[in-house]
Amino acid sequence: MAAAARLLLKSVSSKATLTGVNGSVHNSFGIALLKLSPNCTVTPKTQKRHAAHFTYQPDPVPTNYGPTQKMNLFQSVTSALDNTLASDPTAVIFGEDVAFGGVFRCTVGLRDKYGKDRVFNTPLCEQGIVGFGIGVAVAGATAIAEIQFADYIFPAFDQIVNEAAKYRYRSGNLFDCGNLTIRAPWGCVGHGSLYHSQSPEAFFAHCPGIKIVVPRGPVQAKGLLLSCIADKNPCIFFEPKILYRAAVEQVPTEPYSIPLSQAEVLEEGSDVTMVAWGTQVHVLREVAAMAREKLGVSCELIDLQTILPWDTETVCKSVVKTGRLLISHEAPVTGGFAAEISATVQEECFLNLEAPITRICGYDTPFPHIYEPFYIPDKWKCFDAVKRMINY
Amino acid sequence: MAAVRAANNLYGVGLRAVRQNAALNATRILQQRAFRVNGALRQQPFDSAAEKPQFPGASAEFVDHLEFIQPNVISGIPIYRVMDRQGQIINPAEDPQLPKETVLNFYQKMTLLNTMDRILYESQRQGRISFYMTNYGEEGTHIGSAAALDPSDLVFGQYREAGVLMYRGFPLDLFMAQCYANADDLGKGRQMPVHYGSRELNFVTISSPLATQIPQAAGAAYAIKRENANRAVICYFGEGAASEGDAHAGFNFSATLECPLIFFCRNNGYAISTPTNEQYRGDGIAARGPGYGMMSIRVDGNDVFAVYNATKEARRRAVAENQPFLIEAMTYRIGHHSTSDDSSAYRSVDEVNYWDKQDHPISRLRHYMTARSWWGEDEERAWRKQSRKLVMEAFEKAERRLKPSPDQLFSDVYQEMTPNLAKQKENLWRHIQQYKEHYPLDIYEK
Repeated sequence: MAAAARLLLKSVSSKATLTGVNGSVHNSFGIALLKLSPNCTVTPKTQKRHAAHFTYQPDPVPTNYGPTQKMNLFQSVTSALDNTLASDPTAVIFGEDVAFGGVFRCTVGLRDKYGKDRVFNTPLCEQGIVGFGIGVAVAGATAIAEIQFADYIFPAFDQIVNEAAKYRYRSGNLFDCGNLTIRAPWGCVGHGSLYHSQSPEAFFAHCPGIKIVVPRGPVQAKGLLLSCIADKNPCIFFEPKILYRAAVEQVPTEPYSIPLSQAEVLEEGSDVTMVAWGTQVHVLREVAAMAREKLGVSCELIDLQTILPWDTETVCKSVVKTGRLLISHEAPVTGGFAAEISATVQEECFLNLEAPITRICGYDTPFPHIYEPFYIPDKWKCFDAVKRMINY
Repeated sequence: MAAVRAANNLYGVGLRAVRQNAALNATRILQQRAFRVNGALRQQPFDSAAEKPQFPGASAEFVDHLEFIQPNVISGIPIYRVMDRQGQIINPAEDPQLPKETVLNFYQKMTLLNTMDRILYESQRQGRISFYMTNYGEEGTHIGSAAALDPSDLVFGQYREAGVLMYRGFPLDLFMAQCYANADDLGKGRQMPVHYGSRELNFVTISSPLATQIPQAAGAAYAIKRENANRAVICYFGEGAASEGDAHAGFNFSATLECPLIFFCRNNGYAISTPTNEQYRGDGIAARGPGYGMMSIRVDGNDVFAVYNATKEARRRAVAENQPFLIEAMTYRIGHHSTSDDSSAYRSVDEVNYWDKQDHPISRLRHYMTARSWWGEDEERAWRKQSRKLVMEAFEKAERRLKPSPDQLFSDVYQEMTPNLAKQKENLWRHIQQYKEHYPLDIYEK
């Protein structure tokens, strides 16, 4: 599992971190070989890197939380963790490779600042990481566990679903692990293939007792992560890894919170409600612009933010107004969270609907490496769905 | 002897198990080899000048001949005991020399547990409660370990450790309330019988999934270490649960993260029906300790003083040195796995009978007390009568009590009541109003 994870490390994480002595020897050797071969062009067509499938649009600069600083998403996560370690002496952060800063650089500098008993590596064992985190929380301390990729959270499924989620209920509120927050990089990244791309939120959404949160950018990431840490229920916080570097915003340096279980209406509109979370919010933002320009259609864009327990009210209120609903996520469509939203909305808004609720999601295949451009629910698929809904 | 008597009625006398056991001991002695555990093995510092191996993962010497290490390199881990089967102290230096009142308390707790087991087991057979698990034969492991701990030490149990909770003072009324899932149940009637828990007594509520408590105990011990409050964590599990991945996780995490934690394995011979020789191929659970860099010991779990001594020393050192200890207590599950199991399908009556008659932790302690004239037939008769009365009173009280309100179905899922759950609760009540006659409302509180 770690070996697989590290395959991605070089391309995603900071260049500065892993270029050791041996690494540079190998690299220069490789370049020399390529130069010797007459058939190697500098930028071969077959290897052209697929451009990002969305355009990141930063949030407006928040004005109500004091001074801000330019941060990307991983830095805003670090900032939230920094605030927590500073204010809560019981808080500990742990997981695979977090001590040196984490493979995605989310914990950079925290060990040196707060000590190696508070920011530390664990053995390579996801069920151990979550089980350990539950124990820390049961003993009354604040536990922030990192799972290196959401794709690798499944060994911990039992600890999350059977233990963390049920701790308070089964003990009659004598014991709980509400102080536990599990962070995990999530979603497609352009080249992550089967095991560095998944969006497993729907697996956990079937489990009462936990909260699931996915931010769309740095400002949201910090506020929502701090809310998860403060929340008295175990939370899973999925971080869109493609945004770690791509998303840059002015983020308040002081702690602040963004309420859980509240969706945010990002753009108001009257014809189609569009619901997404994480990276897909940015895809739909572009679709809204395309629909306005090309079709003269007004879309209402909602970032769900919290997957469980989710904000039915905001979504249903919007659908009552627009009469149409498009839900989009990267995870496979069958049994995905869009199905849950769809079922609830048709129950609540049946007479308001002007067209069938449409789900534009991943196909029911594993996440397919080089076929990613065809697999993902990109803006063209979503745009076409809007068109079909309007013409229904 | 209550337990002995109960089993006498069920099984005939036999010696096959004794002979098997003797043969096993002989083999063990032959295989026994000296071994040392270094609890503080560290990765060696890098030193390029040395001729030694420089691999970061091991500190060892090179050899120039091919030889595989025998799997039994640490087999035949001896079993520490203080008393022999007749309750006589073997080595006076190991006698914990507990005062008479303490020993009598041990005995009374062990026998009270036994009486409670018999009555609750029977009540399940009569359909009064849904399920039960007895602790027959393992009373020594419970009481010996519980007595060696500080009451503030946090307990993570598996499910067959009722004696630990009883030793800490959990009242019979609350045991019964939990098994009856009545309105007094601290767990609010949500779990099957024997899933006890007590915040006040630092006993984390039992959950059914096996071994999940093991990495959790490591995390709790880590948090407790950071509090620096002279506390430890103890984690109980069976030899079957030790096969789960979570057990490996917990052992490895607690060793690498230096947690003040006592792993207490009750090796009672069976995981439901699966015998130990189908559970593992090494020398039990204690043999795994060195692989994790963990201090380990094997004790006679039917010797309450051996369990006490081992746990006490492990607890002292775990806190003083911030490291985990592994205790493998060898014992025997005399009862069926649970009320859903009939163990005669997979083990002989003779075998069970041996442990019940010849090597029972309660009778061993009784021999010890009798030899000191601390306990005689009169005391036994009086205590048996009294303990049965205590259990029956609590039992009858629990049976009369109503179940908690159906409202409790929806609380404590989250700390707060979510709008979704509030709506579902409202729907349920609306439905019940309409279809009252189809729901057993009369046995629940309003």
